[in-house]
Amino acid sequence: MTDDRKAVRRVAGTGVPLRGDDIDTDQIVPARFLKEVTFDNMGKYAFYDARRDDDGSLNDHPLNVYSGNVLVVNDNFGCGSSREHAPQALMRWGVEAIVGESFAEIFADNCKSLGIPTVTLDADAVDEIQTRIEEEPETPLEVDVEKERVTVGETEYDANIGDAQKEALVEGIWDTTALMRSSLDLAKETHDELPYTDW
Amino acid sequence: MSERTLYDKVWDAHTVQELPNGQTQLFVGLHMIHEVTSPQAFGMLEERGYEVAFPDRTYATTDHIVPTDDRSRPFDDEQAEKMLSALEGNVEEHGVEFFGLDSGRQGIVHIVGPELGLTQPGMTVVCGDSHTSTHGALGAVGMGIGTSQIRDVFATGCIAADKQDVRRIEVTGTLDEGVYAKDLILTIIRQLGVEGGIGYVYEYGGEAVRDLGIEGRLALCNMSIEGGARAGYVNPDEKTFEYLRGREYAPDGDDWDEAVEYWRSIASDDDAKYDDTVEIDGDAIQPMVTWGVNPGQVIGIDETVPEPAETNDPEAARKAQEHMDVSPGDSMKGVDVDVAFLGSCTNGRLSDLREAARVLEASGREADDGVRALAVPGSQTVRRKAEEEGLDEIFKHAGVQWREPGCSMCIAMNGDRIEDGELCVSSSNRNYVGRQGSENGKTVLASPATLAASVVRGEIADPREVFG
Repeated sequence: MTDDRKAVRRVAGTGVPLRGDDIDTDQIVPARFLKEVTFDNMGKYAFYDARRDDDGSLNDHPLNVYSGNVLVVNDNFGCGSSREHAPQALMRWGVEAIVGESFAEIFADNCKSLGIPTVTLDADAVDEIQTRIEEEPETPLEVDVEKERVTVGETEYDANIGDAQKEALVEGIWDTTALMRSSLDLAKETHDELPYTDW
Repeated sequence: MSERTLYDKVWDAHTVQELPNGQTQLFVGLHMIHEVTSPQAFGMLEERGYEVAFPDRTYATTDHIVPTDDRSRPFDDEQAEKMLSALEGNVEEHGVEFFGLDSGRQGIVHIVGPELGLTQPGMTVVCGDSHTSTHGALGAVGMGIGTSQIRDVFATGCIAADKQDVRRIEVTGTLDEGVYAKDLILTIIRQLGVEGGIGYVYEYGGEAVRDLGIEGRLALCNMSIEGGARAGYVNPDEKTFEYLRGREYAPDGDDWDEAVEYWRSIASDDDAKYDDTVEIDGDAIQPMVTWGVNPGQVIGIDETVPEPAETNDPEAARKAQEHMDVSPGDSMKGVDVDVAFLGSCTNGRLSDLREAARVLEASGREADDGVRALAVPGSQTVRRKAEEEGLDEIFKHAGVQWREPGCSMCIAMNGDRIEDGELCVSSSNRNYVGRQGSENGKTVLASPATLAASVVRGEIADPREVFG
């Protein structure tokens, strides 16, 4: 079952500290950019309004300041709408993993569908990592999905990934379409057993 | 773990198999799609050469981008026209039933599903929209999904899901006159937090929930997601069955009795086990209004804006107050209103329009000159019924614009939006920065009755004063 081509076992690079609780998907991609029938352009819409001042010039938003591939966020990141445009935008901007205190569920599911780990740490650890990146943006940061560990410079943090997500990423089976399509006959059995499909 | 709850029973009945990644393959009883989150999924499906596996369990409508005034085709907005055309092409090609603009049944997915009887107790319902939690009001398990998961459902009729914990929210007492399901859910979100529901499905029960009509329950379950819970439901009861009886897609004839028996059987057992239980005092709830930029930043209309230090996130509260231009100790009552938006999948149903119209009539007055007000029915069915009752005349007489159905100013994708810095009293579900189309605009979430009272006064007002 393992698919090595799709496995995401570790993500190494540098971080982008993005502070604040309850950052919603309307901030990540404003709704006016959802009127496209593909995800191709989403990268340039990531935090489009938050990155700009009223006159349209780029401000000091972390995405304008840092260029890392691991986003470091706080509580309830990605709350709000189910739009996959949000993780698509972050992925196309260059995000390969997100480390945070907690994630909204649909957002975390969408990340998993794209092979982006969402890894949780306690608030103190997140603050420490964000501060470290703010002080030294080039500090190497590694997310080890298999060992559930985040390493920042020399400091190691025990992290939490969730069994299903970990399994999916490590084994490369986060694309569930093929997996479930191969048992379409089982789905048809369930369909037939449900009383309401007859009514 | 929970046992013998509706959620457990629905989960078990829909489990196809355990997947090697540890998730459960769950069959989807009803898949609703719309123009914004489905085209990419149809694209992915075609890339892989798959057809839609269960077209007869899939229904489409259009809501997010449709204009609510001039709907002649092609739309003025080329992107909107392209999105709707893409959906029309996709449903045609894949054999999916579509409630389009000429169907007489078009509307917001979460209004259309229940009102046509597509949503039924004991079903799993998914849609590429976070407010799919709404469908739980009929005793279904409704979950919002992303576009890759829509592809999953198209190709397999299933989603890969993780089972959640179940939190029972017991609402005791009765809601006062002028207090609605909207005020109840805002109270719940304030108490449990906007992230409090992560990892949970909410089961709403207790006297105050039993007393709600189905449309109130729909509003309640709708905003489960604003409390962080992906799904929320009410156990089906006689009201549920009466609501469904005779609806276009509801079972009839011999099937009806079998259906009711099944629906009774999937309700949570009396001795069901929950992972958590919370009690809310329904008697104490007042009309609620938000003062900040998330639905948990909310107070009773008789309360005042809190000190940031008294909130669970002082920095966020300080920023929110700056955005909203309010200060600790301020009352929200009396704040000037520029725009009022009555509608959305939260409060765009007939009973919502009726309550707003009742307040307008009871006050015997018209919209304040300074207020631009829109009434946007949730579906063509709602619009038709409202017109049969003459509600449209009450709105028009009061100076409230009577529009065609859609998501409209809740998400501001169709041209309906608030302008630079305006303050909007909205019966919708999200007061996030920029949500209604202006980055420095301000949204105050409230019930339709509070909204109507505010329209008349030109400032945020308590509907109970109008009712006397």
